[in-house]
Amino acid sequence: MSRKHLFFVILAIAVLILAPLGQKNYIIYVMCSWLMFSVAAMGLNLTLGYAGQVSLAQASFVGIGAYITSLITLAGYHWVLGWLAAMGATFVIGLILGYPALRVQHHFLAFVTLAFNTIVFLVFRNEEEITGGSFGLVGMPRPEFFGIQTMQQINFYYFTLVLFLISAFVFWWIVNSPWGRAFKALRENPIRAESLGVDTRRITLLAFGIGCAFGGGAGAIMAPLVQFIEPGSFSLIHSLKILLMVVVGGAGFFYGPMLGAAVVIILPEFLRFTEGYYLMIYAFLVIVLMVYSPNGLIGLGQKLMARLKPQQEVRKDMQKGAQL
Amino acid sequence: MAEFLQILISGLSAGSIYALAAVGFTLLWQASQTINFAQGEFVMLPAFFVLVFTVKMGLPMSIAIVLALFLSVLLLGALFKKLIVEPMLSHGVLPLVIATIALGLLMKEMVKEFYSPLGQPFPGLFPHDVMSILGAKISVADFANFVIAMGTIIILQLFLSRTRTGRCMQATAQNPEVAKILGVDIKRMVMYTFLINGALAAIASVLITPIYLAKFSNGEVLGLVAFIAAIVGGFNQIRGALVGGLLIGVIDNLSAAYVSAEYRQAVPMLLLIFIIMVRPQGLLGTTEGRTV
Amino acid sequence: MSQSVLSIRNISKSFGGIKAVRDVSFDVQPGEVLGLIGPNGSGKSTLFNCVLGQLRPDTGQVTVKGTSVSGMRAADLNKLGVGRTFQQLSVFPQMSVIENIILAGQEHHGSMVSRLFGPSDAGLTGEAEQMIAFFRLEHLRDEMAGSLSYGQQKLLDAAMAFMAGPDLVLLDEPAGGVNLTMLGHLKDRLQTYNREHGTTFVVIEHNMEFVMSLCTRIIVLAEGAIIAEGSPDDIRSNQQVIDAYLGG
Repeated sequence: MSRKHLFFVILAIAVLILAPLGQKNYIIYVMCSWLMFSVAAMGLNLTLGYAGQVSLAQASFVGIGAYITSLITLAGYHWVLGWLAAMGATFVIGLILGYPALRVQHHFLAFVTLAFNTIVFLVFRNEEEITGGSFGLVGMPRPEFFGIQTMQQINFYYFTLVLFLISAFVFWWIVNSPWGRAFKALRENPIRAESLGVDTRRITLLAFGIGCAFGGGAGAIMAPLVQFIEPGSFSLIHSLKILLMVVVGGAGFFYGPMLGAAVVIILPEFLRFTEGYYLMIYAFLVIVLMVYSPNGLIGLGQKLMARLKPQQEVRKDMQKGAQL
Repeated sequence: MAEFLQILISGLSAGSIYALAAVGFTLLWQASQTINFAQGEFVMLPAFFVLVFTVKMGLPMSIAIVLALFLSVLLLGALFKKLIVEPMLSHGVLPLVIATIALGLLMKEMVKEFYSPLGQPFPGLFPHDVMSILGAKISVADFANFVIAMGTIIILQLFLSRTRTGRCMQATAQNPEVAKILGVDIKRMVMYTFLINGALAAIASVLITPIYLAKFSNGEVLGLVAFIAAIVGGFNQIRGALVGGLLIGVIDNLSAAYVSAEYRQAVPMLLLIFIIMVRPQGLLGTTEGRTV
Repeated sequence: MSQSVLSIRNISKSFGGIKAVRDVSFDVQPGEVLGLIGPNGSGKSTLFNCVLGQLRPDTGQVTVKGTSVSGMRAADLNKLGVGRTFQQLSVFPQMSVIENIILAGQEHHGSMVSRLFGPSDAGLTGEAEQMIAFFRLEHLRDEMAGSLSYGQQKLLDAAMAFMAGPDLVLLDEPAGGVNLTMLGHLKDRLQTYNREHGTTFVVIEHNMEFVMSLCTRIIVLAEGAIIAEGSPDDIRSNQQVIDAYLGG
């Protein structure tokens, strides 16, 4: 990590720490929601953006994580136990979801995962004895750490922030490790990767397992955050929403999902003054963005930067290339 | 037996309308690798065109339907192609998927905001009579829907296989490079495909909306059913989408009657997963020569 | 005689009724540069794919350093010490040149666990830079591989095949589409690498001049069978070979 980057990260964390001070509870709640969705979108960014495996089922993993955490905390155990169980379970289920990816790709994979999401939704809705059916589960306690309660919204925000930072660090570590390189190689050219000794089967399954575990981790935050979960929060449309976050932010860029989640969660709040029109304006902006910058907002930013800076580097490369 | 036959026929009737949407879906895929996640909303919207013409402007139903058809071809066909798909062709599949998801949301919200968030009664085109075939009670509307939907698909198939334009369209879909060398105006052929999809959506909309109410959220289920039908039948064949649509209609009706109501929706999903894993090219599809 | 690196014994393979390869046998000794040539449809590619484990021969056996490779997965074959290049461009376009090269080596270093928790370059930056320097790609170190010229990508492809220090490298039409200047550079690098490391090469190539000047031994296939074998000079003057090419 370069010095400039490190400085930027420290500055960003400082802003995140100071941001909720003096804000109304609702604003803090929206910010918690943003951090939580960032974690879910990070996972999908790993599966889709880095490893190139399409998944339309991320919301179902948030759901699985949320239900597991709710059931465990409602049974009186500590939240940490629920968190670990949620991540573990979603990792394993994610590995299983990855199996179809060994056979089919692209739009076929999209539809398998889409069907999976629908089936999970039906299970949430129909297995009333466990999940509470359409009524969902209510009253999940907020955790306590070393005597510090998180009932207060601001405390819960810092709890969420810590989890977000842990997740972001783990994500950063993975994508910068040789595993991350193997994920990218899988996305770029799986046949070549295999011929260089990359076990593409294992890497594909891991891309799903790890990505889905982030979804489960987000679910573990969601349960005590909203304290009420029901099947409708994890339907297909929410998976599409998470996909939107990843692609609007910039798939395959580290900061893409965080930016994308901010756009999806926070921007509507700013557009609220437009009342009924805000979703329309929002949908319209997304279409325009996709037309002009398929690499999302980060891609758009890079494009603008490249336009501002004269393109010396490309020239230099071409000159030297011509020598060969 | 009579009950089974009744379920079968009403399933075929619903299925033939699904097939209309699924056929349009596969046409777009073939012609331009567009996976249209707004296909459900494309079927939802024309019914509201009709409502605007009849309820708000007082036009007779028949004229309203013709106008709605034109409007659909124009907006959901030409405009969709020009403004959204064409500029994005070079971006690959995923950004277009996102854009169509957003388009679906835009259409839903516009109907909700500018027309009504509530379900609207939509006049049926056919009398509510019931006929009896082999002891099974079949509604005239079901029968007429089936005939019109199948008729549309047969005419489309004849157009594609018997006319010069149709054959050029097929050549474009199967191998654009070769079609280009043979002097086919590829851009125009792709445009025709989008126009046809607009028309199919309008027909499906007018047929299916009387069964439910006209509501902004109708597209959610319809879009899903169209995808499943297209994939199950074979993503790259009109016949496949037809068979897929009919199959899904029948299976949906059968599972409503014989499987638990709660897991009724899961049956087509399981079928979808099964087909993709066992026969990804679909029941009637051939493996795609083109790299996807 | 030392143990051969690659041993092909009585390989036959047919598709439907067509015999693509008929009872082919040969050995490749350590350090050899073997050229495999023949007119289109002579069975080179089928044979190549049998060696790579992607096709299972109907009869016979392919062994690399004494291990049978039939049906072996490409990643395992690579771990056994077999590198390869591809006919079409096969780099990772959205990764930088150095990342491409590190990837080519990383799966041979440490375990799955150490590749997650260890250093992000798997300790390979130095080695990768040497490899880049060897192919004279230093000035492109941090460029995206996809932005390189065709010839540069071909060089990168070869560099990746060498990164894991293989005993045997299969080069699938390395000269295809490469311009003359670059071709000389590529040949020089391959020969130097062979001399310095004693790596064995098997080359499939259409460019006769390239094969004749690169290889130490050449095998000619026609209609699925070996029709000639020998030094480049022997092959050049072999009447059967001339007939096969002119007649085919």
